[in-house]
Amino acid sequence: MLYLFSKGETDESLYQEPASKPMTDHVAPENTIDVEALRAGDRAAFARVVSLYADRLYNLALKLTGDSLEADDVVQEALISAFKNIRHFEGRSHISTWLYRITHNAAMMRLRKKRVDTVSMDAPLQLDSGDMVPRQFFDWCCLPEKELVSSETAAYMEAAIQQLPEPLKEVFVLRDIEGLSTAETGEVLDLSIPAVKSRLHRARLFLREQLSEYFADHARGIDQ
Amino acid sequence: MTAQTAHNHSDKHKSCKELLGDLSLYIDGEAEADLCQEIEQHMADCENCRVVVDTLAKTVFLYHGLEHNRMPGEARRRLYKALDLSDYLDEPDPASSSTNRKADCP
Repeated sequence: MLYLFSKGETDESLYQEPASKPMTDHVAPENTIDVEALRAGDRAAFARVVSLYADRLYNLALKLTGDSLEADDVVQEALISAFKNIRHFEGRSHISTWLYRITHNAAMMRLRKKRVDTVSMDAPLQLDSGDMVPRQFFDWCCLPEKELVSSETAAYMEAAIQQLPEPLKEVFVLRDIEGLSTAETGEVLDLSIPAVKSRLHRARLFLREQLSEYFADHARGIDQ
Repeated sequence: MTAQTAHNHSDKHKSCKELLGDLSLYIDGEAEADLCQEIEQHMADCENCRVVVDTLAKTVFLYHGLEHNRMPGEARRRLYKALDLSDYLDEPDPASSSTNRKADCP
């Protein structure tokens, strides 16, 4: 069994609950979760949470780590930690937001451990201002649907996410992949709403460049 | 991108750059009416910006529709075992399935 923290290392701030409870459609299953039963240690209530959220947390972990085995471990660590620290959950936020936060933290801790000798992930986000300037102007919007949604395109899109700088990737995955609101994304990541919007926009522009290059190459290949 | 459009784009570079920072607000439907009008007027005169707006919206649309990765069966079994919930292991809850959405393209 894996644990996020060894003895004496628990950082309770990691389990702090976001303050508000924004309303978005993706949290509808929360209505069926009995928080009191969870806090009382009810196994059936835990099983209900796992059934509802394991896939979502796995998707988040996979996008953040880019590794399916790491993602398995991250979800396991996160859910074990969540249930051990359920006392910190008071119902002020949605449990999904709380679980996303713990899963994100677990993923980041693993990534940090792997990057001890590289740039600190706590360093301020420094991107070349040139990253905002579009360079690809191929209009691929009207390509046939079968090319836009092919498995090859999906694989390229997945790979492109992994090329995003971490601060942009985590915002993009939570907002545009997991469908959290801007406010919820800010709560999960401890970011202001303007910061979420700015990073999301940069991520989208980056991915647009990548997809434009991909489709332009694809179109040239078709023409030849 | 032709030499002519490159030249035009360069001439409008400042306004294009100013516009660029607001495009996510626009494609998310969060831009004020004045900003929407400004962007649409700009796009009418600037082919490159029109392409950027359209392909940015399409990028968001495609990513919203990207299929969610589901936890593999063996990993799910390990998870339930680690949580001492193996007796609850069953098919995933339908409510937790993919949350594919349609983008709010303008």
